[in-house]
Parts: sequence; structure tokens; C-alpha cells
Amino acid sequence: MTLSLGGFLTFAGFLSRFWPSTITGLVLGAVYALVALGYTLVYGVLRLINFANSEVFMLSAFGSFLTIEVLNIPQRLASGGDPIKTGWELVGVLALCLLVSVLIGGLSAVLVERIAYRPLRQRNAPRLVFLISAIGASFAISEAVGEWGPQRRKEYALTKFFKKEQLFKIFGADVYNSNVIVVVGAAIMALALVLFVSKSRVGRGIRAVAQDAETAKLMGVNVDRIILITFLVGGLMAGGAAFLYEIHTPFARYDVGFSIGVKAFTAAVLGGIGNVRGALLGGLLLGLIESWGSSLFGSDQNIGNVAAFVTLVLVLMVRPSGLLGESLGRSKA
Amino acid sequence: MQKSKLGRLAAATLGMALVIASCGSDTKTPAGTTADSTGVSTADTTGAAAGVTCDGITIGYLGALSGDNGALGQNMVNGAQIAIDDFNAANPDCKVSLDKQDSQGDPAQATPLATTLANNASIIALIGPGFSGESKATMPTFETAGLPVISPSATNAKLTTNGWKMFHRILANDDKQAPGVVQLIKGTIKATKVGVIDDASDYGKGLADSVRTGLAELDIANATIDPKAADYSAAVTAMKDAGVDTIFYSGYYAEAAKMLTQLRDAGVTATFVSGDGSLDPAFITGAGAVADGAYLTATGAPPDVNADFAAKFNTAYGTVPGLYSPESYDCAQVILAAIAAGKVTRADMAAFIDAFDAPGITKPIKFDATGEPEGSAVFYTVVEAGKLVSKGLIP
Repeated sequence: MTLSLGGFLTFAGFLSRFWPSTITGLVLGAVYALVALGYTLVYGVLRLINFANSEVFMLSAFGSFLTIEVLNIPQRLASGGDPIKTGWELVGVLALCLLVSVLIGGLSAVLVERIAYRPLRQRNAPRLVFLISAIGASFAISEAVGEWGPQRRKEYALTKFFKKEQLFKIFGADVYNSNVIVVVGAAIMALALVLFVSKSRVGRGIRAVAQDAETAKLMGVNVDRIILITFLVGGLMAGGAAFLYEIHTPFARYDVGFSIGVKAFTAAVLGGIGNVRGALLGGLLLGLIESWGSSLFGSDQNIGNVAAFVTLVLVLMVRPSGLLGESLGRSKA
Repeated sequence: MQKSKLGRLAAATLGMALVIASCGSDTKTPAGTTADSTGVSTADTTGAAAGVTCDGITIGYLGALSGDNGALGQNMVNGAQIAIDDFNAANPDCKVSLDKQDSQGDPAQATPLATTLANNASIIALIGPGFSGESKATMPTFETAGLPVISPSATNAKLTTNGWKMFHRILANDDKQAPGVVQLIKGTIKATKVGVIDDASDYGKGLADSVRTGLAELDIANATIDPKAADYSAAVTAMKDAGVDTIFYSGYYAEAAKMLTQLRDAGVTATFVSGDGSLDPAFITGAGAVADGAYLTATGAPPDVNADFAAKFNTAYGTVPGLYSPESYDCAQVILAAIAAGKVTRADMAAFIDAFDAPGITKPIKFDATGEPEGSAVFYTVVEAGKLVSKGLIP
């Protein structure tokens, strides 16, 4: 009895929730897109899926947290409540958190490259070994934080340091200041990255290595340095993404990177792994599909996941190399 | 009780305990010296006039006393010991002792211990088994031996479907929480439009579906989240869209905290209700100030369910009662009442327990034919000023 009626109501519900879920989808998609950049860049130059990228994200998320905690300790001791910041002070705190988050992201990505991949590369290890090393690094970092990190394996809740406020409405859907920060912040970072890869000298090096590492080396490109920079840039993006994600959802746990990582990796494949614009497009699409999917089918988030992955399979059936193809090396940026 | 929930419940009780401990005095006295001094002296001078006479009667205990859940078993033993000490003080010619067997909560370890207990003729009743798994493993032994048991903590609903004659439990099973939640939402909160959100887990979905059925006559909006994700916008949007006045979240405390935070951030002011999966101080830590006003339900009695008992417990152990301490006290009281009535064989004891009908400290105690407690037995707690404040049984 409820099945047909329920289905109809759900669809009506979907229409009324279309714009709110679009906004959620854009926010999630922006985060996925930034993290996906890390996967796609490394894949471009190394033909390697850096599974530890999700742990770079997680470490950066904790970095954001600790910055806020450190900044808030005096006020917390004085007032006992959540110290809400406004105006320039808030901007300063946000900027500092972003900085710490991005630094931790970049640093940890570089460390992962030095410890988990470079020794293997120098010994010409087979591809499969890299993959295992990547998975191993991912588990090692995540479990180490779970075991020795703050709150042990429990959820870590961020002190509220700014108030989420509704700024305006789009077609009846509330848009909050946090939504704007996430989407605009991600857009700026993505734009900077696209420009970096397509215009800068180092960016040209990245594209050269992606296209043909041997030839690039013969042409005088320092491949090891380019690889290191690629990891660094991927880590910076994951760090930025983690900061934005914490603005949106102020909780972190040792395994927070896992589901984001899987989604971001999926987004990279959806857009065409190795393709920077593909990762951005894939991330946004995945976020939107996931969000629409869950509101279409009775607000079941798990069905949102189903929708996202079914879409991936369907797209790959028609376009095996992803929406925009694998083209980092082909210089489309 | 499922093991996965134990840690959280224990933590919740500890949280409440801390709140209560700060109000009470801390006169620490070693266990066993709590006997009312006037009772003892009366007994000494008047001899046979005080209390009943018996010889070598023992109550068994089977449950975890060490290992991961050892603290819970210790709560049980401590609760029962209070009742036994009181009884022994009032009945100097009938000293009852407690034979404690440590199963570590493990069915494999409990099985040989159950045989030992069953073969000990001086044991005429048992408090326990502590957990559902060991209950399932050991009940056939107790059935064969005709040894009546009252569990203070085993809540798996299926335990009472085995046709066991000797099994009784003093607290509501896992399936009884949903009717309690429904009663709370309809009667106490008087909701008209309810959102029910689950986390798709066995526990969360099971409880949520029962609550959905119970609330069928009300206007319900549903949502399901993926607990591995941290963003619950879809569920929040659904709740906002439906304009619900009350939300029941069925899942565990970590997600409950995130859910509540995101609901409030989105301007949803509906009353927040959750089950025992969320009854944990970490729920308050996670959600912060917005946790205030949240309702949490549980089948275990809160530590302050009875002031006299809490005071005696504090005198004996220097702390507030733990999770299942009040239930264990009630278990012991039922058994001791039988002894006081001269029921000193296993068969007489079993018949006495089956017919028992008197108030306990946690709730009115009466067992149905399967050994389940009769009547309402779900407690609720409200978060007030960042603290878990127990409100007793759901009316």
C-alpha cells in the first residue's frame, strides 16, 4: 500500500528538496573535486593511485582542528563556552586554519612520497608493489591516528568558532555562509591549480612527465623533483579540501578520509583519471548525483551512494576513459 | 545486553555517576560493613526472635568479573551484595553467601562454570547470566538442574522464546525500547509530526522501524543516513522540508551528535529524541550546547533510581551505583524474599519467583510466563545544562 504512494510522495518530496539538495551536492562536490585533484595529478605523472591521499585529507582535517583548539584555549578557559568569532578576527582564524591545514596536507603528501614510493621507484619495483605500498601507507597512517591521536578512536568535535548563518535563498533553498565559503574557496583553489598546471614552468614539467617520463628526462626535466612537486600540490589540495570540509561538518575521526577518499577517487575516474578538469567535473557531478539520489529515494543516504556508483559504472560503460578522457599529458591542463 | 553497546552504556552511567557523586558525600567504607548497627544488636540480644533460620544457603552469580566487561559484572555483584548484607544483618541465623563465577562474559568460559554452579547443591538461585550470549549457552544446564535464574542485564529479545522455565530477567528486552520511545513521543512530548532517522545498522534500523510502526497514526517523515559519512544534509533537508516538531534518531551517539548539530545549524528546532545507543556523555561532548533538551531512552535503570539504595551503595563502595547495580539489587531482593519465606529448595524458589509481585527499586517486579518483566520498563533521561539528568520510567 505504502509502496506506490510512498514512491509518489518521495518524488514530490524530491521536487521540493531539489534546490536544497543541489546546494548540498555542490558543497560535497567541491570537496570531492579538490581531493580528486590529488589522485588525478599523481596518477598523471606516476600511473599510480595514491591511496594514502585520503589520509593526507584526514591529517589536514585534524590540523584544522588543532589550530582552532590552540587558538581557543585562552577564551575557553575564560568563558567556558564556545567562543564565536566574527569580522576580521574570524577571517584571520579561517586563514590561519587554512594555512595550517594546507601545510600539513602538503608536508604529509611529500612524506608519503619519500617513504612509501620513492624507495620503490629507485629499485624499479613492479606497479603492483606501489599499489600495495599505497594501501599500506593509508592503513598505517589512519590506524596510527586512531590509536594515538586525540580522543583515540572516537569522534572529535570541533569547537564552534563561527556561527552558521543563512545568507540568502536560491529558489527557496537556504544558503549558509559555510556553503559559500566552501564553494567559493574550492573554486579559487581549483582555478589556481589549473593555472599552475597549464601556465607555469613547473606545470609544464608536470605535463611533460605525464605525457612521457623518459622523454621528459632526456629533455632535462628533473623527474624526481616534478614527482615530489606533484605530490606536494596534490597534498595542498587535499589540505584545502579538509579545511573546507571541516567548515561544513565540524567533526573528524581517524577514518574520516576513507569515504571521502573513495568518493574523490571515483570522481577522478568519472571525469577521466589523469585529467585535471575531469577531476573537477567528476567531483561536482558525483556530489550532485549523490545528493539528488538520496533525496529522490526517500532521503536514504545509502541510496545516494548507490546512485553515485551506478552512474560511474554507466559512464564507464559508454566512455571507458571517463567523461573527459585521460589527458593530463595531452596538455589540456 | 549486546556487547557492542556495553562500553557506551557504561560510559553513560559513569557520566551520570559523576554528576551524582558531586552531590553526595564521600564517606568511604569497605564493602561488607554496611550492616545497620541497630539491626545487628537487636539480633544479638533477642536471638531467635530476629529473622529466619537457615543453614548454608548460597546464591550463585555468573557473569563477567574481569576482562573487557569486568566492570559491568562488578556493578552487578556490588548491587546484589548490598541486598545480601542487609539480609544477613537482619537474619543472623540465616547467613546467605554469594558464589561468584567469572565468565568474562564469554559463552565458552561460562559453560563449564554453569555446570559447577548447577552441581553445587547449596546454590538455590542464580543472579545472572550477565550477557545474552552466555545466557543462551548456559540456560540448558540450569534448566536441567532446575536452578532458577534472574538476569539483571541480558536483553536479547529471543532469550525468552526458548521455552525455558528457569529463566527470568528484571529489565526490558531490546524489543521493548521501541514501545517506550513511542510512549515518550506521543505521551510526554506530545508530538504531532515526527521525523524518524536511522543509521541503517541492525540496531538502528530495527529500533527505528518498530518506532515507525508504533507512530503510524502520526505524520511521519523518514530518512536514513550512512553513518560512515559525516554530512547528513539529505536527512536534514528532509526534516526541514517536512516541518517536523520531533525527531527520533535511531543509532549511536557519535552520529547522533553530528546529526543534532547539523539539524540545529540548519535551523531545525524539533525536539531531539534518541535511544540507548546515544546515551553517552560523548553525545553531549560532540553536540555541545545544542544537546540541551535532548531526550534519551534506556532499558537500564539510572544510578539514582532509588535514593536509599544510592546512599547505601555509596557508603559501601564510595561511589554511585553503576549500570545494572540497581537491577542486581532487585534480583537479590526477590531471591532473599523467597529465603525469608522459607523457600530453600530450587523448586520452591522457582515457584516463588514465578509468583512474585511486589515493588522493586527499579520498577514493579512481576514476571510473565516466559520470564519477561511485566509492564513499562523503559527509562528516560533529558540533557539539561550539558548533563544527563534521569527522569525515571516513561509514564
